[in-house]
Amino acid sequence: MIGKRHGIEVSIALADAVKLCDADVIAAYPITPQTHIVEHLAELVAEGELDAEYIPVESEHSALSACLGSAAAGARTFTATAGQGLELMHEVLYVASGMRLPIVMAVANRALSAPLSVWGDHSDAMAVRDTGWIQIFTENGQEVVDQIICAFKIAEHHKVLLPVMIHLDGFNLSHVIEPIEMPDKQGVCDFAPHRRSPLTLHPSRPVAMGDFAPPVIFTEAKWAQEQAMLVVKPTIVEIWEQFAEKFGRTYKPVECYKCDGAKNLLFTMGSFSETAMTAVDKLRQAGVDIGLVRLRLWRPFPFEEFCAAVKDAETLLVLDRCISSGGPGGPVASELKSALYKLDKKPKVVSFVGGLGGRDITVAGFEKIIVDGLELAETGQERIFEIVGVRE
Amino acid sequence: MAKSENELTWKDIEIGAAVIEPGSAAAYRTGDWRSQRPTYDFSRCLKCGICFVFCPEGCIGQNQKGFFEANPYYCKGCGICAYECPTRVIVMREEEEK
Ligand code: SF4
Ligand code: SF4
Repeated sequence: MIGKRHGIEVSIALADAVKLCDADVIAAYPITPQTHIVEHLAELVAEGELDAEYIPVESEHSALSACLGSAAAGARTFTATAGQGLELMHEVLYVASGMRLPIVMAVANRALSAPLSVWGDHSDAMAVRDTGWIQIFTENGQEVVDQIICAFKIAEHHKVLLPVMIHLDGFNLSHVIEPIEMPDKQGVCDFAPHRRSPLTLHPSRPVAMGDFAPPVIFTEAKWAQEQAMLVVKPTIVEIWEQFAEKFGRTYKPVECYKCDGAKNLLFTMGSFSETAMTAVDKLRQAGVDIGLVRLRLWRPFPFEEFCAAVKDAETLLVLDRCISSGGPGGPVASELKSALYKLDKKPKVVSFVGGLGGRDITVAGFEKIIVDGLELAETGQERIFEIVGVRE
Repeated sequence: MAKSENELTWKDIEIGAAVIEPGSAAAYRTGDWRSQRPTYDFSRCLKCGICFVFCPEGCIGQNQKGFFEANPYYCKGCGICAYECPTRVIVMREEEEK
């Protein structure tokens, strides 16, 4: 079933997707480049188009705290943030996942100060990597809309009950106008009906949430939470399959583009993947042996799918949009290296860091990364990571 | 009474580590805090029950012979019983000592 596509700003389409999902509570603090999302939601609530409680708060810490209460009460809850705002939420992120609250949050990825930058990169996402949230990276506007709808179904699934972050690149994705097909309201209601958590606050069934855990019980509590993460990936795959059946668009944790038989692979996450595809097309035509691996599911990390995608490759060129200061390469590159560690035959990993603070990488830029990367794989990489296009 | 927290496995943990039933301090092994424990020389005991009255943990009960004695699951080793005992029946000793 193909609906009508129309040009719309991705942030606005995202807010419309939250409306289609009938969110009950939205608590958010506007921060660039997320602003348009919550501004549009505030309008939808004010105009009576979305029957939700909109809670304007004085900081992101309060925004997520309000979301905790609302999700604990069983309301379908949404918030959005970016950059510094996500870091201000940091401690509450752990509370949400530890309490197993199915909150959905859009993160319009942004660099972290100083120096002050409102533009896109993945430093904010990488800083909250281990907070126990499910994290999905999106490539284009259509995917943003589709993943928001899936996110509510994933978060509220009785086996999952964990908060979900949908990452979209700030400006590169949040502020562009793209042709997007909005799913029909009835279809969305059927696909992702409101599901109450088996454990919600109710006066007649009193429970205490987020209680004190001395050393004697904390490990058991965290292990129980980790066991829930184990069923997340198969559940997400199942929900994406149901989505494909209903709406005709397919999503996978790891996606390969022209990987068949390729000895060399480029690895990307987020909106750069589309530009990288064009670069791969061009170099393939010029006879260069190169394919592209795109990661959609970042947490939980899809080990099997990733290892299967790269098992025949000799070289893996990884682009990080974040510096792991003083660390062993970009955060994604070092994580991929550890994922590969148990393989007998592992590809050589060349780590690149680029696209920081909104710096664009064009098709030609990606071609250069590939050509340089293949050379470095031959000659050996002297530095821990290569920084893309820096003026020396 | 619910299981003591030392006995719970990760499978016993409710979703989100929520506490779904009311509990009381009776489930807490306050004896874990103890560094000293009360020891007794009952030959001088008057069975007056003063130690029983003063124990802040309420953990002193009568044994089969009617002497007052602390339950080590709850006794936190504060020494109040030893201080209050009029005939010095109770002596506090370090946990490592016999
Ligand atoms: S040491 Fe303190 S807690 Fe233990 S029995 Fe005596 S009064 Fe009670
Ligand atoms: S206070 Fe001393 S004498 Fe009195 S019952 Fe207790 S141990 Fe015996």
